[in-house]
This record gives sequence, structure tokens and C-alpha cells, in this order.
Amino acid sequence: MEYKDYYKILGIDRNASQGEIKRAYKKLARKYHPDVSKEADAETRFKEINEAYHALKDPQKRKAYDELGSRWKQGQEFHPPPDWEAAGGGFRPEDLHGFSDFFAEIFGGGSPERGFHFEQRNFRVRGQDLHAAIEISLEDAFHGGSRTLSLQAPDIDEQGRVTQRTRQLNVQIPKGVREGQQIRLSGQGAPGLGGGQAGDLYLEVKFAPHPLFHADGRDIFLELPITPWEAALGTRLDIPTLGGRVEMNIPPGSQSGRKLRLKGRGLPGNPPGDQFLVLRIETPPADSEEARALYRRMADTLPYNPRKKRGI
Amino acid sequence: MGEKQMIPIGEILDERIELTLHDMAQRCSVETGFVVALVYEGVLEPRGDQPEEWHFGGQDLIRLRRALRLQQDLEVNLPGVALALELLEELEELRARLRTLERHFPG
Repeated sequence: MEYKDYYKILGIDRNASQGEIKRAYKKLARKYHPDVSKEADAETRFKEINEAYHALKDPQKRKAYDELGSRWKQGQEFHPPPDWEAAGGGFRPEDLHGFSDFFAEIFGGGSPERGFHFEQRNFRVRGQDLHAAIEISLEDAFHGGSRTLSLQAPDIDEQGRVTQRTRQLNVQIPKGVREGQQIRLSGQGAPGLGGGQAGDLYLEVKFAPHPLFHADGRDIFLELPITPWEAALGTRLDIPTLGGRVEMNIPPGSQSGRKLRLKGRGLPGNPPGDQFLVLRIETPPADSEEARALYRRMADTLPYNPRKKRGI
Repeated sequence: MGEKQMIPIGEILDERIELTLHDMAQRCSVETGFVVALVYEGVLEPRGDQPEEWHFGGQDLIRLRRALRLQQDLEVNLPGVALALELLEELEELRARLRTLERHFPG
């Protein structure tokens, strides 16, 4: 197992006062709290910070930890001294959920692998709820689909030992799910202790970037490049939607930025969302003498100053 | 040590969900009193007048779970939780709008 440098994790000296430890913890906890932080590794950092604080806030545990000496480095392969007696005591088993093997070894009386036993008769604890993000495609949100997830979760084996287990879950994506929504899977969280109920699994939905569309709630947006003559004269175009291609009229006299609505072509729901086309006029390059002549003729026959009405 | 498991379709936590006070407390393993306190703090907004008639939506469950984590992990009191949640939700909204704007005006 790896040695954890709890002082380094909290960014403090080995001789920091209990007050300093608490202040460092509070500051880091606010910064890396998974509900607050947008840092990618917030959850991992938060767990580490919590573990470090749990180890150092109690002077007795801190003393035991200090006795390991200062020669160890964060992440270094660690074996407890042969005569080591876990400082332990005073931990509820649920406290150890999410803490490292190192912590369990030093304070819990043995690593999970070596047999970290709980008396299951004496209490009944509901399993922890688990929270994970899930990235899905817009197509899956539209049609429904499934996705395989790997989850690291604490588990209790038949002998009552805590282990970290990787579970593969095949999750059904409900049709019409939106970005930022959460899906709750009842009983798929961590198992309970002593016959307690399993926790639930909460999945937060994120949409994978799509080459054409983006979603805003149930509405789908598509940026649609058109030529100046299509915009001026109007046209009929074949437009992709998540549900397949549809024909759409571009009205004459359209300008860049104009939004056209395809009613009910967004994500399914009650009511379903719409698809919006955002027009963007692209001018053909004036890369030949003939093209330049054409543009000059336009300038002569269609004198127009788009800046005038805006007073630019 | 992995095993593959097919699990039933989940429940989307949106406005279609209807949860009673008891459901809310049970799903988060808290006392109903904690849920009631968050209603009086204005964090949770159930439909219905009396606590026994309250119906909570999916968003309320998400808020309750968040409130609980903030309270336990950061030792924030209830008014502090209410303020943090409000600011966090505003921040998320602004971030979403920023993403939309950045798509329309890249670079």
C-alpha cells in the first residue's frame, strides 16, 4: 500500500497546531467539495483531505501517525513496522468507507484485504448512496439507449470485510433525459451493513459534444450555413434532426442569426422540445476575376449599407 | 473481479416525480424534521399546504442531497446551506449560459 503524507495533503508543517490543522482542512474542504468545486479531480482530492483530517484532528491518532516517523514520502510503498499495533478504536465502520487501505491499516486494525472484521449483528446501516457522472450522446438521449459503467464501490464480503470492488453496470438511458438531470437507480449504491438496505446510485447526465447539434434543455440547436442568395430568395432544404431528415422552408429575406423553429423535433417529453435552426450566411470567396466582377456588379446594382440603420 | 449486471431503467429526477415528506427523509436517511427545516428555510419547495400533503419533485431531492452533504462535510448551518445552494445554482446557470454564448461566438 502507499504511504499517505497527511501533512502534505493538508499543506501544513508536521509541527502545525491543532488549530492550524483545522483551518487548513476547512479551507481545502470548501475548495474541493464535490458540490462546490469544478476541478476535475475534486472528488478524489476531497476524500484525501477528509482522510488526512480524520487522521490528524484527534491528537491520539496524530501521535500514532507521527510515530511512523518522517522518513516516508507521499505515495511511497509502505509496510507497517512488524510490532505495529493499530491505533484504532472509535471508528464506526461506515467512517472507513472511501478511506484508503493505509488509513485502515494504521487506525483500523488491519487492511481490508487482511481481514477487517465487523460484527454484523450489532447494527444495521443503510449502504451509502453513490454518485457518478455519465456522458451520453444526444442520439441516446433522443432514442433511449444503454451504457456500461465501471463503478468503484465499497463492498462487504461474506466474512464481513470491507473491500473495494469494481462493478460493471449496464445502465438504461431513459428516452428524453436532459443535460444536468440526475437518474436514480434504486438499490444500486453501496450495500448495507448488517442486513441494512443498499444505497442508491445517482447518475448525473452530461451530453457528449455533438458535431452538429447542441441542446438547451429539451431544445436542440443546429447552426445552418446558407448562401446569400438562399437567404435573399428563400429555398427549401433538407435538414438533419435527431429523428431523421426533414424538409424545411427558408423564407426569402432571411438574415444571419435568424432562428427558425421545427416544432416538436427536439428531445422527447411532454411537451417535446423544438429544434431551432440558426442561420449563418456564408459568402462565397471572391477568388477569381469573374467572382470579383460579380461582387462589383452586386455592389453597383444593390447599393446597401447594413451599418447605416445602426448608426455605425 | 468485475461482473456485468443488467439493471432496470432508472428514474429521472425531474418535475414528474412526486415524493412525500416520508419518501424524502427515507431516501436520504435523515429525520423528517431536517426536511421540514429545509422547507421552512425556502430551500425545498413542495406543493401542498400541510406537511402531510406535501409533494416534492426530483429537483427537491437533488437539493436535499446536496444540502445534506454541505452540512455534513463543511459544517454549514441551515441558512448557510440555503445561501450556498442558491449561489451554486446561479453559478451553474451562468456557466450553462456561458457555454451557449461561447458556442455562438467562438474564440
